[in-house]
Amino acid sequence: MKSTLIHSRDLFSKEAKTEKSSQQRFASPFWVMVRKEVGDHIRSWRLIVMLILIVLTFLGTMSISLGNIRSAVGNLQDPDRVFVYLKLLTTSDGTLPTFHTFISFLGPLLGISLGFDAVNAEHNNRTLIRLMAQPVYRDNLLLAKFSAALILVSVLFLSLALLMVGTGLLLTGVPMEPSEALRILGFVAMSVIYVGFWLSLSICLSVRFRNAATSALTAMGIWLFLTVFYQIIVNLIVSAMLPQSGYLPPEQLLSYNNLMLSLLRLAPSQLYSDAVTTLLMPSVRSLGPLTMEQMAGAIPTPLPVKESFMIVWPQVSGLFAATTVCFALAYYLFMRREIRT
Amino acid sequence: MGENIIELEGLTKNYGSVRAVDNLSLTIKRGEIFGLLGPNGAGKTTTILMMLGLSEPTSGKAWVCGVDATKNPIAVKRRVGYMPDSLGFYGNMTALENLKYVARLNGIGEGELEERAVKTLSLVGLEKEVHKKTAAYSRGMKQRLGLADVLIREPEVIILDEPTLGIDPSGIRGFLTLIRQLSREQGLTVLLSSHHLHQVQQVCDRVGIFVEGRLLVQGNIKTLARELFGEESYVISVSLKNPLPHLENYRNELLQLPGVKQVEISENTVDFSCVEEVTPEIVRFLVHSGLDIAGVHLKEFGLDEIYQRYFESQSTNNVSDEKHIDSFQRSFFKRSKN
Repeated sequence: MKSTLIHSRDLFSKEAKTEKSSQQRFASPFWVMVRKEVGDHIRSWRLIVMLILIVLTFLGTMSISLGNIRSAVGNLQDPDRVFVYLKLLTTSDGTLPTFHTFISFLGPLLGISLGFDAVNAEHNNRTLIRLMAQPVYRDNLLLAKFSAALILVSVLFLSLALLMVGTGLLLTGVPMEPSEALRILGFVAMSVIYVGFWLSLSICLSVRFRNAATSALTAMGIWLFLTVFYQIIVNLIVSAMLPQSGYLPPEQLLSYNNLMLSLLRLAPSQLYSDAVTTLLMPSVRSLGPLTMEQMAGAIPTPLPVKESFMIVWPQVSGLFAATTVCFALAYYLFMRREIRT
Repeated sequence: MGENIIELEGLTKNYGSVRAVDNLSLTIKRGEIFGLLGPNGAGKTTTILMMLGLSEPTSGKAWVCGVDATKNPIAVKRRVGYMPDSLGFYGNMTALENLKYVARLNGIGEGELEERAVKTLSLVGLEKEVHKKTAAYSRGMKQRLGLADVLIREPEVIILDEPTLGIDPSGIRGFLTLIRQLSREQGLTVLLSSHHLHQVQQVCDRVGIFVEGRLLVQGNIKTLARELFGEESYVISVSLKNPLPHLENYRNELLQLPGVKQVEISENTVDFSCVEEVTPEIVRFLVHSGLDIAGVHLKEFGLDEIYQRYFESQSTNNVSDEKHIDSFQRSFFKRSKN
């Protein structure tokens, strides 16, 4: 050790310091953390497993929709038949669900797997306190974890969408409509926000729970509850509220139906599938029940992109708000926490 | 030298009803090595966290490098290197990668990054383990890597929380020598907390003894000893081959020796409490009296005694706890005190 001590002088000398000030090319701590997190995720087994799962479902659904694309586009009853690329994403022959149905199911899993040990693993590794002793803001850590995972998810979905478009272009040779491109981009953005919700929820749980397994299980529990049990419970409650008499006036039936739908839309998966269905099927004009008067005179044609976006706007803002609330909660819990406990 | 680099003023921290740090005031000068001593749970780590702005004090102020640590923690953290007591690194990354990550977080440019990381690693003696994953590191190696992690950002102050925990004795010596050398060469201010008295004694310019959230006393070890043990800061213990036959005759004669304040005679050891070091005189006298000396031991008061003395006063205050330790310490001190 003695011999190496000689180095210390030139290591910490004045020259080194002036050299540093002249060299301004360094990243801000936030991007350094994002870069490291992205690197960690890419090398982790869990992302590889999730990636394989999602790519497999993508390939499966694509091969089925490519097999059925001819009949789907040739179906004269369907007002959406002109949108070849949207058809690629939504056509199925019933053997496999469509890709977006898969995403509404796998997206939460992806989000949870990327976030459930974000903070508690750092804590249990004893790296959290060392990290906090560096000149970085405490909230930058949470934000970096969130952004890194979200960047990965965006890249994943975007490249899948582009892959799909490329395959379609090669096989059919049909040029893409700008409105189609916008809708597909909207679908990608929606999926990213949806995964972002589960990501921020699981980061929040990772701040709350010391044990990574507890936080993962809790996140899974919330996911299962919202996708499976919540609908059953809402159905039970609304049917209990319905009057016993067999006949109901249509206005009342409508109001009960609307109540049930609004209750169901508290679940993020419902919001996501509503939004994505509207975006990918241009002929969908409303997400609630429509009366005959409202339908009267309407020609079954696809809606312009702007109208579809207008319909899903509440869903988008709802999901976005839920994501923000979870993230804010994580932030609140993390900032108030004593760093050593 | 002479400039106060750390100033704590009435620093207090409560965890619920428990007062972890109680009205602590302390100043540390630039270039000093200060040892914060105290048993586990005395509030050392809490104090350190407050200095770094990682924990908010209930009341009081902490000024580090002239910056209020509570209000502007980032500015403090830029100039202070902190090595926590429980060190962890990203196990899937090599030592070099871990170090480079920290360096990047501290805004060290990519150009000099690699070179500086390698230099710092060889400075702490890890040049052979640069590309080893830290998951495979031993405790001592992690400790060295922790020091590298602190040094790479060229801090003005380094704070080491229990730096010698879990290193073998020869490793500790090397580690402490390195710290002292760095401090002297580069004018680094070092604050180290420990409950290992001997180690702190070896390197520190000043120590502060910290018990139950309060700083009981501070100063260099000599002044502390003088303050505590009054004039009798040397104890010379002579063991004889045969038990002394005529105790009282000798006692009076021995007290006549210059500098001797008290003499305690037990079977075949004689303890002298003296104002100054008079070992040769005592030995000469005993030899002239025809006594066979088996051993002479000059006892300087180290931190051990200082520490124990404080615990004694602590435990007599709250008699109910740890009675047996209390009585043990009292009997221990009776011998040297009397």
